[in-house]
Amino acid sequence: MDRGELVIKGIRQGLLITLGEGSWEDQLAQLERRLSQGATFFRGGRAALDVGDRRLGPAEIDQVCELLARYEVELWALLSPRDETALAAARKGLAVTLAQKEPEAPPLDEPVGALVVRRTLRSGQRIHHSGDVVVLGDVHAGAEIVAGGHVVVWGKLHGTVHAGAMGDEEAVVCALDLAPTQLRIAGYLARSPEERQSRPVPEVARVRDGKIEAVPWHQR
Amino acid sequence: MAGKVITITSGKGGVGKTTATANLAVALAMREQRVVAIDADIGLRNLDVMMGLENRIVYDLVDVVEGRCRLRQALVRDKRLPELFLLPAAQTRDKTAVSPEDMVRVCDELRQSFDYLIIDSPAGIEQGFRNAVAPADEVIIVTNPEIAAVRDADRVIGLLEAEEKGPIRLIINRLKPEMVRRGDMLTSEDVLELLAIELIGIVPEDETVITAANTGRPVALSDDSLAGRAFHNIARRLLGEEVPFAPLREPGLLERLRDWFGRKEGEP
Repeated sequence: MDRGELVIKGIRQGLLITLGEGSWEDQLAQLERRLSQGATFFRGGRAALDVGDRRLGPAEIDQVCELLARYEVELWALLSPRDETALAAARKGLAVTLAQKEPEAPPLDEPVGALVVRRTLRSGQRIHHSGDVVVLGDVHAGAEIVAGGHVVVWGKLHGTVHAGAMGDEEAVVCALDLAPTQLRIAGYLARSPEERQSRPVPEVARVRDGKIEAVPWHQR
Repeated sequence: MAGKVITITSGKGGVGKTTATANLAVALAMREQRVVAIDADIGLRNLDVMMGLENRIVYDLVDVVEGRCRLRQALVRDKRLPELFLLPAAQTRDKTAVSPEDMVRVCDELRQSFDYLIIDSPAGIEQGFRNAVAPADEVIIVTNPEIAAVRDADRVIGLLEAEEKGPIRLIINRLKPEMVRRGDMLTSEDVLELLAIELIGIVPEDETVITAANTGRPVALSDDSLAGRAFHNIARRLLGEEVPFAPLREPGLLERLRDWFGRKEGEP
């Protein structure tokens, strides 16, 4: 078998993606090709990624998370014999072994990894992440974000958003222009008022007294 | 030389993809470009009808792909413009008769002898769409100033961006200036804000387009309709000319008087 080739196989905990030799970019391109060929097969799956001896930082890890998220695959573990890479993965809240039990829990004051999306999400695009989600761009109507934690949109939020999707009622949703089609926090649901604000102001939505409330950012 | 492949697509059906394809092909051919219009809507072909070439078709795209004829034999020369050709779709087959690789191969061959290859994509985001965009160097999205059309356009742009296809530019088709003025229709600014991509043209609603489609004589062939002029402006922008975007209505009496006295503003 070609040693530059990326290998995807099924294991007990989902998919195991083993990168081959060759540049990071080339392997990502291969991964994207494989994902797009079997998009319906991979959708909703969980994957562990074996990156070998590569040295990866948070940016590369975000990059691959984002790529997988585009095909609705959740990355739960990143395996590498290299300490720096494993540390960066652990900081993102990823497992670093295939063992079922949690690896050493991250210290409590360290936030669970955030997924930073550096682009605009268009209709039909979906981001699913167990931690916080930060979007540097707009979220168009028809796009969807589901996050275990907070959702911050540095742009217009017109799509559907669910923060605290695993039940965290403390989660908030912030946006420069908060006008989602539908906004959910934990088990609560709200829709934007029918009439649009003429001049949008940054707002934060949170659960207060049993319902979702959005207030301008400066009135916190 | 190597021709440029431009795919015209939209997501939603009925927004004017085929009209745009026929008219841009005509407008480019009238500007001394060698052009082939390719109908990728296999099973629901229309481009031949709109170009008035239906009765000249002998072979089609599927015949080429399946090796029943040479590519040259399937090309139909336009009856008015010698630099314009049509590669028709098959009407009796469906989208699965052609693969994205087939389209790339056919287009690579056509690039050798044409300046522009304009592909008319079918509606939707399934295989027909995949076939149509596979060979594209550039994509033009056609939309109408309606929320449903804009939403579908956004979906398509997202799919194209994920594949790093581009540049992607936008035609806003069938804009009714009167309705916009009354506040009853999305403005071109509204559409651009929703889609956040580069605009290449605005085509006003124009009844002559319907007559033209029925008679197989694209409006761009003559200079006497608003829509025809709009398509010519888009062709000029494709060729790299700077053409200003301007008001979209027939000039009023005052403006015509002013034109008489030599002050001519840009046109749509």
